[in-house]
Amino acid sequence: MPAILEVKELVKKYGDFTAVKGVSFDIQEGEIFSLLGPNGAGKTTTISMLSTLYIPTGGDAAIGGHSVTKEPMAVRNIIGVVPQDLALYEDLTARENLVFWGQMYGLSGKTLNSRVDEVLEQIGLADRAKERVKAYSGGMKRRVNIGVGLLHKPRLLFMDEPTVGIDPQSRRAILDSVKDLNKQGMTVLYTTHYMEEAAELSDRVGIIDHGELIALGTQAELTRQVGENETLLLHIGEDEDAEALAKSLKGIPGVLQATATDHEVSVIAREAEEILAPVVTKANERGIKINSIDIREPNLEAVFLHLTGRALRD
Amino acid sequence: MRKLLLIGLKDLKLVFRDKAALIFMLLAPFLLTLGLGFVTGQFGSSGGGIANIPVVLVDQDGGQLGTALVELFQSEDLSDLVTATVLDDPDAARQQVNDDLVAAAVIIPDGFTESIIPAEGQMEPGETVQLVIYGNPTRPTSVGVVKTILEEFVARLEVGRVGGTVAITQLLTSGLVPPEQAQAIAVEMGQHQAESLAESNAITLTTNVASEAATDFNPLAYIAPGMALMFLMYTVSNGGRTLLVERNQGTLPRLLVSPTNSAQVLGGKIFGIYLTGVVQMLILIIASTLFFQLQWGDPLAVLALVLAAVFGACGWGMLITSLAKRPSQIAAIGSAIMLTFGILGGSFFSLSFAPGWIKWVSRITPNAWGLDGFNILALGGGLNLILEPIAGLLVMGVVLFAVSLVLFNRRGMALK
Repeated sequence: MPAILEVKELVKKYGDFTAVKGVSFDIQEGEIFSLLGPNGAGKTTTISMLSTLYIPTGGDAAIGGHSVTKEPMAVRNIIGVVPQDLALYEDLTARENLVFWGQMYGLSGKTLNSRVDEVLEQIGLADRAKERVKAYSGGMKRRVNIGVGLLHKPRLLFMDEPTVGIDPQSRRAILDSVKDLNKQGMTVLYTTHYMEEAAELSDRVGIIDHGELIALGTQAELTRQVGENETLLLHIGEDEDAEALAKSLKGIPGVLQATATDHEVSVIAREAEEILAPVVTKANERGIKINSIDIREPNLEAVFLHLTGRALRD
Repeated sequence: MRKLLLIGLKDLKLVFRDKAALIFMLLAPFLLTLGLGFVTGQFGSSGGGIANIPVVLVDQDGGQLGTALVELFQSEDLSDLVTATVLDDPDAARQQVNDDLVAAAVIIPDGFTESIIPAEGQMEPGETVQLVIYGNPTRPTSVGVVKTILEEFVARLEVGRVGGTVAITQLLTSGLVPPEQAQAIAVEMGQHQAESLAESNAITLTTNVASEAATDFNPLAYIAPGMALMFLMYTVSNGGRTLLVERNQGTLPRLLVSPTNSAQVLGGKIFGIYLTGVVQMLILIIASTLFFQLQWGDPLAVLALVLAAVFGACGWGMLITSLAKRPSQIAAIGSAIMLTFGILGGSFFSLSFAPGWIKWVSRITPNAWGLDGFNILALGGGLNLILEPIAGLLVMGVVLFAVSLVLFNRRGMALK
């Protein structure tokens, strides 16, 4: 498959702060590629440069053979963008929004009207198309927000955390629609900080942290980085000292890594069940109450933890 | 160009769906006009408003027509509108204008009467001479009134002169009058015309259009444009605010990642603000015409002035936008400027009696220029008399747009 997107050493600096530090990756035509990383990792900045909104400080990227720095207008005709925050005119109806944005993508006349009708069907809002967007629920607004990005049938669709802040039902609908779009041949670059979404959708995943792409590959390739290791997740009380517990657990034989987050301690071990008893004993010795314990198979969360020493939610 | 228009039309649609904006743009100026009309107690009546315009006359002619013109300015009919004094020295009269003591000096040159009425022993009128009006640039409205009176006087004189010449020529060619009597008849006709001009109570401020009907000056014709121009400043600053609102709500970045360049986006936003301002002004003009029976004057000239006034005001809107970082800043600055310009620009009261320096400072406001123009039109002036306000507004707009664009470029539309 040819690469529709080639990113080479992309850099973005704001004064002394470097938001994106020489990121490079390719996306093949027809792929769903996820950029997975915590908030502030540089996902949105990367997408903003690829969609020609921000000018890179260094490096370049080519979309459909067009440089984002030298041929931004050609790039804009190929891509569709679904921004993280809703970018709609709330005093216009869904149809009026779609018509306006379609016009901005050069659609007109019958083509515009038929595409607007198709998209309204696709996002399930055909029967409420004449209502102003401000009257919609959050999930419905999200669907219109996505619909705008689909109007001109882009070859490459950027979706920047499209499920943030919505109910589980709408989230499910969005994930399903991403899969449907991909089945229809659309290439998708999807950013998220939800490991489960990246795992469900992606052909390949790039893990980004502090502006650097720290891992790249299929899920199988990535989880192999943490081997067959399992993760023991301890949920402790709000007043407990997670840091101290994590530190004390590192001395237990078989524990490969122990990391504290808010009210959780993640412990990576070859066999989680083997270390379960000494971990509980150590917590009791320190007077720390464990509310519940989960054992997790190797996954992207574990990969991130393995690579950064921090949980994705940090 | 198509996208620019579409962005502008979209903004117009959005403004007219914003109830708060509609209240400020349309209802507030309409109600304030209504309220001030009642407060002044002159709702719908004639008289008041611009009054007692100080004028100085210098009659170097001394003939019948010069005297007639002086008597006209001192006549009972114009006593409410102008206060005329007579001086002998034209330089002293000009000095009074320079010192802002009077609105205008009218100098009637020597030979004015003879240029119309043949002198004793002459068959033809003398060499053409011109009346001179030396206007005070800080009182353009008052100067416009004086100009209109003079134009009316000259127009009637011209009609009488041509009519007299034709009549005498016909008498001569038909043999009804011998050539030696023609000169005496011409003089007699001229004298009669001069007397009738001086005594005429038909000298009124009329419009330049074909209508012969006289137009009294209605004070609402001052209040209504004053309020419309003041709230036009709200519209343009609110329009500028939407640029930053769009940035914050993500629609501006979304526009900039569509195949639409930043010039089209900025142009479209400016066009939207301009269009909104024009529609607002026209709605207010039509509403006041329908509800208050206001006569705004020559429709084409009114339209030209509206287009220029909105252009000048848009310049201010863009300057405020280019300086502000947040929508709330524009709202605050916009409100302050709306009120300041309203007071300084004469939207609340006429600047005719304000100190000279205030009149000069008021020239930075679209309100002052716009009011000058609207008042001239309401008093019967035509497009030719409002070229100065229109030019002032256009220059204002061009300068402010240029400064705003420089600031926008420096900030990269405040996006990157």
